Amino acid sequence: MPTKQQKATAYWKENVKYLFILLSIWFAVSYGAGILFKDALNHIKIGGFKLGFWFAQQGAIYVFVILIFVYVHLMNKLDKKYGYDE
Amino acid sequence: MDVQTWTYILVGITFSLYIGIAIWSRAGSTKEFYVAGGGVSPWANGMATAADWMSAASFLSMAGIIAFAGYDGSVYLMGWTGGYVLLALLLAPYLRKFGKFTVPDFIGDRYYSNSSRIVAVFCALLVSFTYVAGQMRGVGVVFSRFLEVDINTGVIIGMVIVLFYAVLGGMKGITYTQVAQYCVLIFAFMVPAIFISIQMTGNPVPQLGMGSALNDGSGTYLLDKLNGLSTELGFAEYTSGTKSTLDVLAITLALMVGTAGLPHVIVRFFTVKRVKDARKSAGLALLLIAILYTTAPAVAVFAKTNLIDTVSNQPYNTLPVWFKNWEKTGLLTFEDKNGDGKIQYVADPKTNELKIDNDIMVLANPEIANLPAWVIALVAAGGLAAALSTAAGLLLVISSSVSHDLIKKVFVPNISERGELWTARIAATFAVVVAGYFGINPPGFVAAVVALAFGLAAASFFPAIVLGIFYKKMNKEGAVTGMIVGITLMLYYMIKYKLGWFDSTLPNKSEWWFGISPEGFGAVAMLANFLVSILVMRFTPPPPQHVQDIVEDIRIPSGAREATGH
Repeated sequence: MPTKQQKATAYWKENVKYLFILLSIWFAVSYGAGILFKDALNHIKIGGFKLGFWFAQQGAIYVFVILIFVYVHLMNKLDKKYGYDE
Repeated sequence: MDVQTWTYILVGITFSLYIGIAIWSRAGSTKEFYVAGGGVSPWANGMATAADWMSAASFLSMAGIIAFAGYDGSVYLMGWTGGYVLLALLLAPYLRKFGKFTVPDFIGDRYYSNSSRIVAVFCALLVSFTYVAGQMRGVGVVFSRFLEVDINTGVIIGMVIVLFYAVLGGMKGITYTQVAQYCVLIFAFMVPAIFISIQMTGNPVPQLGMGSALNDGSGTYLLDKLNGLSTELGFAEYTSGTKSTLDVLAITLALMVGTAGLPHVIVRFFTVKRVKDARKSAGLALLLIAILYTTAPAVAVFAKTNLIDTVSNQPYNTLPVWFKNWEKTGLLTFEDKNGDGKIQYVADPKTNELKIDNDIMVLANPEIANLPAWVIALVAAGGLAAALSTAAGLLLVISSSVSHDLIKKVFVPNISERGELWTARIAATFAVVVAGYFGINPPGFVAAVVALAFGLAAASFFPAIVLGIFYKKMNKEGAVTGMIVGITLMLYYMIKYKLGWFDSTLPNKSEWWFGISPEGFGAVAMLANFLVSILVMRFTPPPPQHVQDIVEDIRIPSGAREATGH
């Protein structure tokens, strides 16, 4: 049986790993696609939207919403795994 | 029925609803006053957070700002939504687990000192007061245009309403009125947007309509048409920007981090029952916010295209009635410089004859598109809901900072529950009066400074809270110095480059540090805060064991206590 402390440390490590992955996506869609690479992406057109412009004014926001719900789902699972859910 | 009758009816109904809710949800204890008793459901909290967050600026000004800024307006869209990802992942669950009433509560306990608490109270008051003055002004503008009372009477009516439910109900009253206000404001924003989207593109979903072809038979995409019109008149192409990439990055970052650090948003997550509810309600809040935030850029494109089509090169005396109505408010001005009786709307300020205030795009949009009177009235009710809900949230932060963080925690620790509740109510009343005063006599700098409230929040709270959770060894010396350096740097930059008080004239843009505007400087001040905090920590003693234990404890989601003040 792992001690209480070991369990808490392992839980925290997994939590931080999730945060790192999710925030990388957060960064990529807004600062990446919407700002730094928008000129390159603007050469691609979907319907009337230039892709870089679409990310900056629509796409990034949709991804943000999805990211939080993925986080909620992952953390609920993690809480169960470590017996921290209530 | 005409627009004014409709407005009286809709505003009357919504205001009675808010007052009814206030009477039903009176606060009987400090816990109810500060955190609505701590048992708010994730959905109710999500809706309340969305209304709390979406201010007069989001509802009335944002689409207008985007309409005139084009791609550059994206900083607001990404900045004001991306902050919720930070809030949900880095702050909300841990602060809920901590289980206290206010943000200075967390700072004061985590950094084990009253000096850190007082610095936090100062920052909270500074951020909230700059923000709330703009809301009262928004209330005044809506009243003056649609109910034809003057702006000052409008502000006073708004004050009385907010006073009634914020002072009586505290967080409990505010939460349930905000739920109602969310429904009113989102309905009011979506209805005209859907109407106009169908009118212009045949697509009922504004988010898609924005990228569709016009239904005038030409087959041209709406955005291509707008790009064409813009360049024809000498403006930049709508879908490309004029700001430097670095400045766009800095502003977006400052707004995101500022959003996550705004005390009136953070406290909303103290009102739910469990840590998992805090996570879920942050997701729901962003979902509900995103409905408006993905519609606003569509509204911007529709409104700008419609506006140029309606007024550009048209004779002044054939213009529709709405033009003259808005001229009366002074938010729209026409000066026939070349005396040809037509309106020249162009980029060159020397020959441009039309000045349009950002704020009227959303309000005038339904009129420009010839929508029925009840839709126009609905927008007025929505604008009021947006302004009042945000004002109430901010007033609560101001009152709890004074009654709880200063009076109870610093000056009169043995104050009775009843005494604290009354202090909170008196502080809220005082805050409403001050906010109303600024709404009636807006000092020139208020409008300029409201956008910088985010920079102030980014420069002060965000690093202190994040380090407090993720860096166990962070001590009071580091955090307090960091907050002071961050907020001082931000205030200095703001006063020098936005207000120009240090020099006889406002310094030129070329003098900006690294070419970063005052709006984006919050990002730099935040980094400075992080660096200074970590540097000072290295040379000062580590936090005591019981504080390190608190950090261990807030990282584990289970066993969140009821929020307490003790």
